[in-house]
Order: sequence, then structure tokens, then C-alpha cells
Amino acid sequence: MLKIKDLHASIDEKDILRGINLEIKAGEVHAIMGPNGSGKSTLASVIAGREDYEVTKGAIELSGQPLEELSAEERAHLGIFLSFQYPVEIPGVSVTNFIKTAINESRKGKGLEDMPANEMLKKIKEKSELLEIDRKFLSRSLNDGFSGGEKKRNEIFQMAMLEPKLAILDETDSGLDIDAMRIVADGVNTLKNADNAIVVITHYQRLLDYIVPDFVHVLYNGRIVKSGGKELALELEAKGYDWIKSDVTV
Amino acid sequence: MELKEKLLSSFWGLDSSVEVAEHINDLRGDAIKVFEQYGFPSKKQEAWKYTSLNKIVNRDYVLEPKGDIAVDFNQVKKYFLHDLDSYAIVFIDGVYSAHLSQTTHDGMDICLLSAALTKPRFRAIIENYFNKAANSESMVSLNTAFASEGAFVYIPKHKSVEKPIQIIHFSTGNDSALLLQPRNLIIADENAHVQIIERYQSLSSHPVFTNVVTEIFGEKRSQIDYYKVQNDFEDASLIDHTFINQETESNCSVHTFSFGGKLIRNNLNFSQNGEHVESTLKGITIIGEKQHVDHSTLVNHNSPNCESHQDYKGIFGDQSTGVFNGRIIVDKLAQKTNAFQANNNILISDKATINTKPQLEIFADDVKCSHGCTVGQLDEDALFYMRTRGIPKKEAQALLTYAFANNVLETVKIPELKQRINKLIANKLGVNIGFNL
Ligand SMILES: Nc1ncnc2c1ncn2[C@@H]1O[C@H](COP(=O)(O)OP(=O)(O)OP(=O)(O)O)[C@@H](O)[C@H]1O
Ligand SMILES: [Mg+2]
Repeated sequence: MLKIKDLHASIDEKDILRGINLEIKAGEVHAIMGPNGSGKSTLASVIAGREDYEVTKGAIELSGQPLEELSAEERAHLGIFLSFQYPVEIPGVSVTNFIKTAINESRKGKGLEDMPANEMLKKIKEKSELLEIDRKFLSRSLNDGFSGGEKKRNEIFQMAMLEPKLAILDETDSGLDIDAMRIVADGVNTLKNADNAIVVITHYQRLLDYIVPDFVHVLYNGRIVKSGGKELALELEAKGYDWIKSDVTV
Repeated sequence: MELKEKLLSSFWGLDSSVEVAEHINDLRGDAIKVFEQYGFPSKKQEAWKYTSLNKIVNRDYVLEPKGDIAVDFNQVKKYFLHDLDSYAIVFIDGVYSAHLSQTTHDGMDICLLSAALTKPRFRAIIENYFNKAANSESMVSLNTAFASEGAFVYIPKHKSVEKPIQIIHFSTGNDSALLLQPRNLIIADENAHVQIIERYQSLSSHPVFTNVVTEIFGEKRSQIDYYKVQNDFEDASLIDHTFINQETESNCSVHTFSFGGKLIRNNLNFSQNGEHVESTLKGITIIGEKQHVDHSTLVNHNSPNCESHQDYKGIFGDQSTGVFNGRIIVDKLAQKTNAFQANNNILISDKATINTKPQLEIFADDVKCSHGCTVGQLDEDALFYMRTRGIPKKEAQALLTYAFANNVLETVKIPELKQRINKLIANKLGVNIGFNL
């Protein structure tokens, strides 16, 4: 589904991604781990289409389609979803209005009519129940004054509403209490099927107990320096990153 | 002939066959002398530093349009809130249009200023109120000198007007360039409630210059909500002077929506003359091209225990220019004043400019005054966030702009108007958003 080949990206002439290779197939869950500042969020942003980053080399394809020329919204219409490490506050736009707009604009992007109001309501109800989100919450301004955990839960609610093909969850676990983490992970697992794929960016093994990855990659200094199965995450948890760092020729 | 000379000579040739009280003739005579002395304001004056009238006054205007131009309702329907049951006072090229209007004398007066100025039964009201709130600045004086027609609204004690009043001044463009000087007088007597929507609108793209004075009086415990919709063609200019005198425990709000026109200057002056008065001044400006909108507000806190709230939002694109000059004067008697002022702007083009300046003159010691102005761009992170959810850039910008302007619309009390303004904003931003805020 997603193919990344020798991807280099920079911002303000500063190289951040230095040759990423990654292939993700439908039905798979990949975890990306790595020290602070290694480029995980940058990779997520570049896949999602943030224009501030300049792709200097390499390519990204989704289901055979090159993404290079596509805007962030066009990528979203193809089914890419990014759950932000730091969700943005948008005062004055309610959660409901925002998600309605997002769904209908995405449908428009695919040449579909607006979702009928009753269908929309049903879906909002179903997905908010899945993530145990209070109704009152939905009429509040998007992320405005939300707690860290509420913001993350709201990201996954949006993911549930949009049903992406490729979801990238950037540190969705940070800020979630233990119960919330279970709820969010259960939600993600419910959404997972043979046709979609999930990338989980995390620092901790804990989330991976719930959302079990098929592959774990370590990103360091803008490169994937190690890949393995889910046991790699346990090894990192136990040993930290030093043993990997010392292996790398910089 | 220069416009000033033309106006002066026209004044002395004014048709004096209309009977008005002697004191009004005196007022006019005094007013024309002020205009004769000071003429049109120039950028050398502090209050007009950022707004130049040069291009507008250097034009040959028709001062007395032909009138009796028939305009079909269907042709102008879109400028009315037509899905709303309302009173209407409508003028075409400065002349009253009976068939577009719906006036009344039933338990209140919603009619013409010319009627009020000439009919004996309004004599006391005119003596009490006419030109009592307006100041004698040159442009105001110019209007006073020629003041003969406009809307007149008198709501007696304890009367709540059950539907809004629309005051609409159309200009047809049948005369090449037109100078209009309407004069409106609005009085809400004790405990009276009234809602008014006002609009100056050309029917085609032609040069029109409107210099209007509106005087509004809110007596004790009255409630007035006044809405100005400014969305005119690219060759229409408006100098608006609105004066509001408020008495004890009265409440008055003025919302100004400036979405189009060549040059707009809104002089909005509040005077609080009793205790526990509340004044609300709100505005949304969304302009582009080379349009210019100038809000000059003045709130005179003359009495203790009063409040004023000002909240102006501006969105400027292309090479448009904006001015916000917000003056608050707190008299030494006006203890416990609570005055709030905010002016927030977004520049969506790097060629657009805004000059914003709060001016606080506080002579009392126990007051709460806050003011703040910001100039910024749309939040890039928010835009990216929205786009990753499938909302295209243009719609995302519009949604953010909506959100930015949102709290100004919150206080609009007429749902049909709120919806209309929502649509105007969407049109202005060139998007179709599937919900109302
Ligand atoms: N806009 C920017 N301008 C300059 N440097 C940037 C910018 N964005 C990211 N960087 C730098 O790129 C590097 C990678 O940042 P990134 O946010 O991708 O790291 P990360 O792996 O997600 O880290 P964390 O685990 O702390 O979230 C960092 O050194 C960061 O300072
Ligand atoms: Mg990160």
C-alpha cells in the first residue's frame, strides 16, 4: 500500500530525513520508534503532505500512485490520515461541524454527494460511543481547552469517522491515562481490517501491548537503522537506544 | 467647478418652498458656514490621516437626482431580508419609494424624516432631538446643511416593535455620478425596544458618494439593536456618521458588516449620559482588491457604572487597506466604568495593510479599561491540520476565517440576518460551507 523509497527531506536547508525506505502492505501494523528528534514526526508530516518540508530526493507512493505532486487534502482524499502528536486548537469551530465538513469535503474530493444528515448523525453517535466520548464534548470548539488526553481521543474519533486506508498515529498514547489508552487502542483495533494499514509512532511498549505491530522500525538520525518484529520493541524497552546508536556509522 | 464650490452654490439655491421650522433653517445656515470654512477633510488632519477623500471628491457629482425612478421589487429583492417580516423605509436616489416601503403611524412612527421635519405634530420631537447628537465636524455639517430626507423612527414609551425595520437607500446609476446625503433620526423612548437593519446600496456599478448622518436616541431602559450591512459595488463610497445618545439603563448595540465598496468610513460615536448604560460596538470587515474601510469609534463615558464593549475583526486581502481608530474617553465623573476594546486583524495578502490605534483618555480613577489589537496571518498549523482531514485549502481558510469572526456574529439577534451575513462571508471568501455557525 505505502512505498517509501530513499526519501530525503529538509527544512530551511537542514536535512532531517536522510534516506528512508519503508514498505507497508494492507492489513499490516507498523510501529516506528526512535529517540527524540530523530525525524518520526517529520516523516509523518511529509507523508501527509506538509509543504514546509522539501523532499530533496526519493519518492512516496500510495497504492502505486506517486504522492509528490499531491496536496495534503488530496492525500487525505486518497485515504491518508495523520493523528497529530500535538493536535491544533481551532476556537470557533465545533467538533461536529469540523468533522461534518471534513467528511463532506472528502466525499466531494472523491466525486460523491454530501453524506445524508441522518447517516451522519448515526455515524457520529456510533463512533463517539466506540471511543466513549461524551455528547457535550462534540459541541465544544475543536481541541480548544481540551486536556492532552481528550485531544488524542478526539483524533482517533476523527479517524473513526473518516475511515482512512493508512492511518499514522503520532504518539497518540502520550497524554492518555491507562483506561483511555485501552479505549483508544480498542477503537483502533475495531477499525483495523485487511484493507487498511496503521503506523504507530510511539516511545513506549505499552501501547504496542494493545495495538500489536507486525513490524517495528527504529528511526535514528533520519534513517531507519533497524527493523524487526514486535519483540524488537521489548528489546528497546529493556536496553534503550545506545546499542543501536553505536552500531550506526554516521 | 470644484465639488465644494458646487455644494455651496447649490445650498443657496435650495428649494425653500418646503416649510420647516425656523430653527432648522438656522441650523442649516450655521452648518453650511462650517463646511465653507473647513471643506473636505484632508490627510493632514489626525482623524483622517489614513483615509484620503481626494479621489472621491475630485469628481463631478449630480447633487439633485431626477427622482421618480421606478424600480421593480424583483430587481432589488436580494438586498432585502425578504424572508423576514419587517417594516421598510426605502429610498431610490434619495427619493422615498412608497411601493418598496412599509411604513406605519400605528402606535409608533416609522416613516420619513421629511414628514417629521414638516408636520406640526412632530414639532416637539424634532426640537428635542434633531441635530442634538450630531457634532459639527465639517462632513457632518455638510450633511446637516442639506438634511431633508431619510428615515424617521419614533418608538414611544414601553413599546416593543414586533419586527425589525429595514432602512435601505438605493442608488440607480441613472445619473452618471451621484452624491447622496441621507439623514436618519431614530428615537426609542423610555423602555422601548427596536431592531434596525440599514443598507446603502447601488444597483449597478457607478460612482456614488454617500455622506450620511444618523442620530440615535435611546431613552431610559430602551433597547436598540442596529445593524449596518455594507456590501456595495466597487465604485461606491460611504462616509457614515452615526451618533448615539444613551440615557440611564439603556442598552444599544451597533454591528457593522463591511464587505464591499470603494471607500468606507464609519464614524461611530456613543455618548453615555446616564448610569448603568451598556453600549456594544461590533464589526466584521472582509475586503480585498483596493478597497478601504476605516472604523473610527468614539465612546464617551460621561456617567458612572456604565459599560462599553468593542470587538472589531478585520480580514484584508489583495491590496486592501483598513483603519481602526478606537477612542474611549472616560470622564472624571464616570467612576466604575468598564470599557473593553478589541481589534483583531488577519492579513491574507502581504500587500494588504491595517492601521490600528486605540486611544484611551481616562480621567476617572476607579475604572476597568482593557484594549488590545492584533495583526496576524491565518494559523499555518491549523490550516495544515484541517487539510490533513480532507478540507481543501480554500475551504480551510474560510473555515478559519469564519471561526475568527464567529464571536462577532454571536450577538446578532435576528436569525435571518445572521444567516445572511454567514452567506455573505462565504461568498466573500469564495466558498460554500455546508453549515452555519
Ligand atoms: N520546522 C522545523 N524547523 C527546524 N527544525 C525542525 C523543524 N521541524 C523539525 N525540525 C527538526 O527536525 C528534527 C526531527 O524532528 P521530529 O519532530 O521529526 O522528531 P521526532 O522524532 O518526532 O521527535 P519526538 O520523539 O521528540 O517527537 C528535530 O531535530 C527538529 O528540531
Ligand atoms: Mg514527534
